[in-house]
Amino acid sequence: MTIKIKNLTHVYSPNTPFEIKALDNINISIDNGEFIGLIGHTGSGKSTLIQHLNGLLKPTNGKIEIDDDDILSKSVSLKKIRQKIGLVFQYPEHQLFEETVYKDISFGPRNLGLAEDEVDLRIKEAMEVVGLEYDIIKDRSPFDLSGGQRRRVAIAGVLAMKPKVLILDEPTAGLDPKGRDEILGQIEQLYKRYNMTIILVSHSMEDIAKLVNRLIVMYRGKVAMDDTPREVFKRVDELENMGLALPQITYFMRAFKEKVKDIREDVITVHEAKKEILEYLRRN
Amino acid sequence: MSNEMVTIKNVTFEYTSAEDDKIAALRDINLTIQKGEFVVILGHNGSGKSTLAKLINALLLPTKGEVFVNGLSTLDEDKIWNIRQRAGMVFQNPDNQIVATIVEEDVAFGPENQGINPLEIRNRVDEALKIVGMSEYRKHAPHLLSGGQKQRIAIAGVLAMKPDCIILDEPTAMLDPLGRKEVMSTIKKLNKHENKTIIHITHYMNEATEADRIIVMSDGKISLEGTPREVFSQVDKVLSLGLDVPQVTELAFTLKKEGVDVPSDILTIEELVMSL
Amino acid sequence: MFRNITIGQYYPAETVIHKLDPRIKIIITFTFIISLFFINSFYPYIFVLAFLLTAIKLSTVPISYILRGLKPIMIIIIITFLINLFMTKGEVVYSLGPLDITKEGLIHAGFMAVRLVFLIIGTSLLTLTTSPISLTDGIEKLLNPFKKIGIPAHELAMMMTIALRFIPTLLEETDKIMKAQMARGADFESGNIINRAKSLVPLLVPLFVSAFRRADELAMAMEARCYRGGENRTRMKQLKLQTRDFIVMVITGLLLGIIIYFRISEH
Repeated sequence: MTIKIKNLTHVYSPNTPFEIKALDNINISIDNGEFIGLIGHTGSGKSTLIQHLNGLLKPTNGKIEIDDDDILSKSVSLKKIRQKIGLVFQYPEHQLFEETVYKDISFGPRNLGLAEDEVDLRIKEAMEVVGLEYDIIKDRSPFDLSGGQRRRVAIAGVLAMKPKVLILDEPTAGLDPKGRDEILGQIEQLYKRYNMTIILVSHSMEDIAKLVNRLIVMYRGKVAMDDTPREVFKRVDELENMGLALPQITYFMRAFKEKVKDIREDVITVHEAKKEILEYLRRN
Repeated sequence: MSNEMVTIKNVTFEYTSAEDDKIAALRDINLTIQKGEFVVILGHNGSGKSTLAKLINALLLPTKGEVFVNGLSTLDEDKIWNIRQRAGMVFQNPDNQIVATIVEEDVAFGPENQGINPLEIRNRVDEALKIVGMSEYRKHAPHLLSGGQKQRIAIAGVLAMKPDCIILDEPTAMLDPLGRKEVMSTIKKLNKHENKTIIHITHYMNEATEADRIIVMSDGKISLEGTPREVFSQVDKVLSLGLDVPQVTELAFTLKKEGVDVPSDILTIEELVMSL
Repeated sequence: MFRNITIGQYYPAETVIHKLDPRIKIIITFTFIISLFFINSFYPYIFVLAFLLTAIKLSTVPISYILRGLKPIMIIIIITFLINLFMTKGEVVYSLGPLDITKEGLIHAGFMAVRLVFLIIGTSLLTLTTSPISLTDGIEKLLNPFKKIGIPAHELAMMMTIALRFIPTLLEETDKIMKAQMARGADFESGNIINRAKSLVPLLVPLFVSAFRRADELAMAMEARCYRGGENRTRMKQLKLQTRDFIVMVITGLLLGIIIYFRISEH
């Protein structure tokens, strides 16, 4: 499945004093099996962009095509689009409403009109993916769970719709490092084991660097950069001008190169840095 | 009076769960914080760090033991308002602590509750907004501000009460990196230039590197305590408590494991560059 | 985007009318409403109209903006007009089947309609030229003397302030939860009434949970900032009556006087 965003522009409250151009002529093409990081500071248009991909917002100009079909054309069912493209909002645990975890996760599949045994199967599977034990958790109230568990229930609720593309808006916001690592690990599994296309909106360059194979940087409603993380991180000055920073480890390698010259500086994870330095030490 | 801002003596705090079980959020904590200190309390979610903050502000009372703020016990009901004025508190969610619909009116809320006279409130509000760098926004509606700006307003609201000590309960958890930076530089300024004792609660390690002292909580107990250097040099222990260390510290740690001769207490990029 | 919603359709400007003390504006509005009900002849309306037009002119609020406020209540005005038109007995000028239009009916219906229009314009001028916050302040101060008979002036005002503060926040949240459920295939738009009401559960439950959580956190934050009710509380902003407030009071008094004079002299 491919998603094509063509000349997408979105204006909030047009023709009022509060008019804001949130997206300005965006062109992006997303292929099957990509793991994309979407970064940019608050107000850069990230959230507006992802809400267009499943038709929650309508473009002021331009269009979104999924497998060459315009998602807003009459012949396309938005419900089907929303099944194919799962969207996990920021703080998704705030959308939980059912008495039990089981019922809440079943909300999506039931809306799709699936048979009861299929729904049951999907709930089990979704809970397993996010690391929630079915027998222990399924009958508990989502409101009695810990913050991290609630978030995973919410993510399972989207996964149970079996989307081909999963978009997550800052899925680790407010979690402690352990909770963050767990969720990121599960997202990585979705990509590797279930071959899902993932779009991860994040503020953390460190997390992005470890995971994605393509990084889109948004700035003032435009796509400022669209490349592999390694290439993007080379454009330090531009990133800093946009109020973004590199992972600390990349800054370190740059500083280290100034001192010793004979080393690569385009290193983006601690693991890579370790390898580079050990090699450097062996050489000298 | 002594130099102790906050003294926590043998404090245990228990609450009753939905199933009627007694759960100890804090077990037998002892802690003293000196006037003018910048203390960072780290810990994973549910480690008891927020409970500790609320005990200092008398929003919660200890099940056992006693908490003193500037020598006043939080168990003494007559002193509660005095304690809350001396030890102000900033919370995690910027939206849920702003009361008024105009920035300056919100900053005035604390002093108004204390019954301060209007002219003095005006001065305090102007000064507090100036310290947090939000003077030009004084007439704005808070809901149109960014997260970082809202937190600075919340800090100004506490400052206007003229506290000696400010407790910040995960003020950066819901902010983006820019907002986090704004809030952190404001906190440092309060400590360095306004001489406020700071108790900053967070799970972001990079916010702890400039503290005078780090206290790491886990399962209701203090499991590590010391200067940032002392704490972060124990990489294994920090990681096992579900926390991070700065990337350079982690790199130094893994290099050392590979037999490279680097010190184990690296905190900054410069230090690591110098020692390699 | 709900971010830019303005509550109580306040029209910001820096005019004499805007700067009037909110207490005075509330009192004037009430005086104005009461005086409208004293009128039962044509001439006093000229004075009322002049009074209103002057106030509108001074406030710089565009007439179109004010008339827009009339729209939602137009239906009530029309119904009132029709009831008065057909229900008043007297000299018949025209017959519509069983219904008679009388001369008295025409006059009475016209008076009623004009009275309602003036009443609505008068009150909307209050909310158009007074920010919700100063309105709240004004109400609190005016109710203060009634504290002794058990009217919780401070509490009412505090509730209004908090409501005003959180309405935009909750609207934004509603938008977000709605979209999140739509992303899970929820449908808020089609189906019969019962299905639609049911489809609101996934929206309302999270919204209430969130509102309670916010209330809880806000209460704690307020306590931490030494809030303990209205006792011994001071305010940074003091309301002080200016010369202009007295002048406007006198003018309104005159208007009431004229209207009462007409009413008495007719009998």
